[in-house]
Amino acid sequence: MQNKTLTELSELLHKGETTSVELTRHFLDRINTHNTQLNAFISVCEVSALAQAAAADKQFENKTAGKLTGIPMAHKDIFCTKGVRTSCASKMLDRFVAPYDATVVEKIAASGMVMLGKTNMDEFAMGSSNETSFYGPVKNPWDTDRVPGGSSGGSAAAVAARLTPIATGTDTGGSIRQPSSLCNLTGLKPTYGRISRYGMIAFASSLDQAGPMAANAEDAALMMNVMSGFDERDSTSVDREVPDYTATLNNSLEGLRIGLPKEFFGEGLDPQVAANVETAIRAFEKLGASIKQISLPNSHLAVSTYYVVAPAECSSNLSRMDGVRFGHRAENPTDLLDLYQRSRSEGFGAEVKRRIMIGTYVLSAGYYDAYYLKAQQCRRLISNDFQRAFQEVDVIMGPTAPTTAFRLGEKTNDPVAMYLADIYTISTNLAGLPGMSIPAGFAEGLPTGLQIIGNYFDEARLLNIAHRYQQVTDWHKQIPRAFA
Amino acid sequence: MNLDKSDVEKIAHLARLTIDDADTADYAHDLNNIFQLVEQMSATDTAEVSPMAHPLDAHQRLRPDVVTEQDQRVLFQSIAPETEAGVYLVPKVIE
Repeated sequence: MQNKTLTELSELLHKGETTSVELTRHFLDRINTHNTQLNAFISVCEVSALAQAAAADKQFENKTAGKLTGIPMAHKDIFCTKGVRTSCASKMLDRFVAPYDATVVEKIAASGMVMLGKTNMDEFAMGSSNETSFYGPVKNPWDTDRVPGGSSGGSAAAVAARLTPIATGTDTGGSIRQPSSLCNLTGLKPTYGRISRYGMIAFASSLDQAGPMAANAEDAALMMNVMSGFDERDSTSVDREVPDYTATLNNSLEGLRIGLPKEFFGEGLDPQVAANVETAIRAFEKLGASIKQISLPNSHLAVSTYYVVAPAECSSNLSRMDGVRFGHRAENPTDLLDLYQRSRSEGFGAEVKRRIMIGTYVLSAGYYDAYYLKAQQCRRLISNDFQRAFQEVDVIMGPTAPTTAFRLGEKTNDPVAMYLADIYTISTNLAGLPGMSIPAGFAEGLPTGLQIIGNYFDEARLLNIAHRYQQVTDWHKQIPRAFA
Repeated sequence: MNLDKSDVEKIAHLARLTIDDADTADYAHDLNNIFQLVEQMSATDTAEVSPMAHPLDAHQRLRPDVVTEQDQRVLFQSIAPETEAGVYLVPKVIE
C-alpha cells in the first residue's frame, strides 16, 4: 500500500477498494513503527488525521470527492497549522500553537488530503543536515548513521521510508532539493512567488519558497496543482494563472536544449555523483534532447552572497521572537532588556544565533554598503548569468549536491563546510528560479540527485522532463530495504 | 576582518542575545570563518551593477484603503506569555 503513487491511491479510494480511514491508519501504523528510529516527525496528529479521513470517506459516499481526497500527507513543521503545535523545530516555539492555517495548509486541506503530522527540520530551516533541530537529528532511511539533508530532512526521511505518500517542504538555499537528493526523492522548489508564503514561518523572505517532496514527478505535479496560486495575503505572491501540471507530463523531449554549466562539474564534486549525473544526461540525449556546455561565470559568488542576504533577512524576521507576544519567555526577567536577551538566548540554538549575529552585523551602521548592498549586486550578476544561459538553452542540469549523504556529526563543528553542501542549489534561490532534484542512481548504496533548473514559471516543463526520465528509469522506485 | 570576543559581545547585544563567556571564543572563530567565505564577494567589481532586491523585480502590491481584517485580539493574545486587560505585559520600563 505504501509504495503506491497518489494516482494509484486515488483510484483505490474512488473504486471503494480501500477507505481513507484504512489508508490513514496504515500510514499512522508505519509512523508508530518506524519514527523512533528516524525521528522524522515532531508531531503526529492521530486523532485529527482519523477525523479528516472519516470526513473524506463521507465525501466518497456523497460522490463529492476530488482527485486527492482522502490521501494522507505530512507538513514540514514550518507551516502554521491552526490548533496544532507549529514549532519550526525550535525551543522558541516548542509550545506555540498557531492561531491560523498557512495558505498552503488551507489549500491542501481543501483538496481533502489528510494531515498525518508535522515533520522535523533544521531549526527555523537553518541547516543542511537536520542536525540543528531542537528535537534532535533526523536519520537517513538509506543509512541511519547518516543525515537526511536539510532543512526539510524530516519530510525527506518520512517520504523516503514511505511513512507518508508525500510531504511539503520549503527551500531557501536548497532545503527541498538537497534532502531530496540525499533521500532519493523528487523535490521541486518553484519560482519565487508561485506558492503563497502566508503562514510559512519566514527565514529569508526574498528567498523562501514552498514545494512538494514526492516519490515521483507525477505526484509532485498533482501536489503543485493544489499548492500553487495567487494569494492576496502574501505581498510577494505572483498573480498568474496556474496550469494543470499533470497535462504536459508526457510531452516529448525531442528538441529539448539542455545546458551543462562547467562550474557545476568542478572541484569538490564527488566523482561517483558526477558519473551518475553524466549517465542521466545521456538518457536525456536518447529521449531526443541536445546537450550544450555553458558557463555561469559568477557561480562562485553564490554561497558568499547567500550568507549575507539570508542572515540579514533572518535577523530581521526573527526579531519578532522576543518573549512578549508568543513563544518562549524567560522566567522572572529583571527588566525589558533582560526579558528580550534571555528569552532569545534560551529559545534559539547555536546555528540560529550565529546567523542572527551575521545578519545583525552586516546590517549595522557603516557595514551595509560593504555587505548587504554588495551582496544584492552580486545577486544581480548571478541572475544575469542564468538569463544569458536561457537564451541558448531551455533548462540547466547538474548535480543537486556535491556528495551523497554524509555522516551524522561529520560537519556539525564546521559551519562553512556545512554551507558548501548547498553550493549547487543556492544560486537558484538567489535568482528566484524554479529548481528540481530527481533520483539519478546510487553511489555505494546511497542516493544521488540530478538537478534541473528552469526559467521563471517553467515548473510544468521541469515536471515533464522529470516524468519522461522516470518512464525510462526506475531509480525513483527504489526504497530503502529496512522500510520496504 | 578579525572579530574578537568584544566584537562578538557587541554584535550579540545589538541582536538582543547573550553569549556565555565560555562560548564567545567559539562564536568568534565561527563568525570569522563565515566572514572569510563572505569576503569572496569583494574581489568582484560591482560598481555598475544595480542591486537586486526581488528576484522578479516586482514592486509591492497596493490594495484599496479599506478595512479587511477583523479584530482577533482575544485569539492572538491567547498564545501570549502574559497579558492583562487586552495588553501584553512586560517588566516595568518607566519608574
